[in-house]
Amino acid sequence: MDWQAIWLSLRLAFTTMVFLLVVGIPLAYWLTYSKRRWKFVVEAVVALPLVLPPTVLGFYILLAISPRSPLGILYGKLTGGMLPFSFGGLLVASVLYSLPFTVQPMTAGFGAVDRRLLEASWCLGISRPATFRRVVAPLARTSIATGAILSFAHTLGEFGVVLMVGGNIAGATRTVSISIYDQVQALDYSAAGATSAVLLGFSFAVLALVYSLQRKVWAVWPGN
Amino acid sequence: MAGELICECRKRLASGFEVDAALRIPLAASPVTILFGPSGAGKTTLLRMLAGLDRPQSGQIAFRGKRWFDGAEGLELDPQQRRAAFLFQDYALFPHMTVRENVAYAAGRGRAEGLLVRFDLAELADRLPRAISGGQAQRVALVRALAAGPELLLLDEPLSALDEATRVRTRRELRRILLECRVPSVVVTHDRTEAIALGDWMAVMIDGRIRQVGPVEDVFRKPADAVVAGSVGVENVLLAEIVGREAGLVTLAVGERTLAAIDSGDAGPVHACIRAEDVGITRESGAAASTIRNRIPGVIRAVSVEGPLARIEMDCSFPLVALVTAQSAADLALAPGDAVAAVLKTTSVYVTAALQYAQ
Repeated sequence: MDWQAIWLSLRLAFTTMVFLLVVGIPLAYWLTYSKRRWKFVVEAVVALPLVLPPTVLGFYILLAISPRSPLGILYGKLTGGMLPFSFGGLLVASVLYSLPFTVQPMTAGFGAVDRRLLEASWCLGISRPATFRRVVAPLARTSIATGAILSFAHTLGEFGVVLMVGGNIAGATRTVSISIYDQVQALDYSAAGATSAVLLGFSFAVLALVYSLQRKVWAVWPGN
Repeated sequence: MAGELICECRKRLASGFEVDAALRIPLAASPVTILFGPSGAGKTTLLRMLAGLDRPQSGQIAFRGKRWFDGAEGLELDPQQRRAAFLFQDYALFPHMTVRENVAYAAGRGRAEGLLVRFDLAELADRLPRAISGGQAQRVALVRALAAGPELLLLDEPLSALDEATRVRTRRELRRILLECRVPSVVVTHDRTEAIALGDWMAVMIDGRIRQVGPVEDVFRKPADAVVAGSVGVENVLLAEIVGREAGLVTLAVGERTLAAIDSGDAGPVHACIRAEDVGITRESGAAASTIRNRIPGVIRAVSVEGPLARIEMDCSFPLVALVTAQSAADLALAPGDAVAAVLKTTSVYVTAALQYAQ
């Protein structure tokens, strides 16, 4: 079994999850409460990774982070390195690819919080960020957890985008799904089977956790 | 604590309904202002505009000389800056916090503890909102709002979520708290008994517009026009004293006369509210055999015929208005100066507490 690839995938999935919590919570908050007319455009953009073939997404990300793109030049100046075929590049791709998996459960969760609770809090003189922290976040905590866990699991299983952006460099960009593909190509079915079983078991455990979390919500907060 | 609340604002809703409200409330003279009107008159929208939760399309709002909203200058204060606490119809208590945490939400623990004791909530302090009754939830929401030290309280139909029995008790308690806390309040209601029991000042809103503003008793006694009269419905609001209480009935002293009414449990000074159409007029003197207990001699001051109805204004040592059919007024040949007697059933006299504002 390719432990190096499994470890790399776990690291990538965890870092992606952290980044997505930082980016996803404000984005989901804005999507839930903004009254802008063009909000649907942002919603569509966030949902794109759900329908685009991973190769198409990967292709555009590759163009966007190439050393000659503005983003690539900026990254080069800041770190002296390059994004494509590196862990940083994989991270950018994973964050974009898993964005809908984080944002959509959170928007649903924030939307389920009675708006009057927010308004009551504002009228008591409590700022919007503090209201979010003290009222919305606790009431939508399972949705936030669901978004985080799903982004983690989804990143662990990605293949096409990783291959396009990261290539296949052992220890740097060879994730567990690519490692399985390599093992099959090399007709090493027993290794591929073992690694696949690990991934299957893990994915099942994660989904079971997500659904059990949501079940608990219904039992604890009836009619909320 | 002087100053005024001035509001002149317009907002067209998506449905096409337009709120165009202009009112001035003298805060010193009116600790509790009632915003009264039928459902769908735009009362809640106006209250939300005062709170800063809805934005008017134009106009201005000023509170004690401080501008909260000015459409012409694009000035708009956030709800947080207005310090106008809003009580929602269903109270909007934070469901994940105990009563104590709700009260402490904007006040801090120390202050909250004092308020919990003062408002008799200490026993409920560790319960979640879904484990307390509607009347208790209302009190928690009010105390939570007071804990934030607001300059203005906005209450949207504060009693409508309660059952009938709780409502009467809570109404009295609400009036007491609103007077004690010394924070001016605006209370939205479509219930005339609530308006009389809770308010000092009253603005009548019909179809998106303010039709009349003034002291509660004046608005009921002298509606500005027929539309207001139709919506307020009670022409006679009389200050009375309870002088006797027996077998579920109370005897009220009004002016030089006494009235029998159903005991509402209120004590001290009360308001006796009588709808003009519940008042009958008779020329018979002496006690005729009748189930009607209230028989009040008086003199007719004015008779005005309004379509099929006649409005009779009497002086019974207190002013009393009766609405009878024009036909029966003609049959009895009722005219100003006639000595008659007003008759009304005990059940037509509604009694509500009349707590006065101690300056």
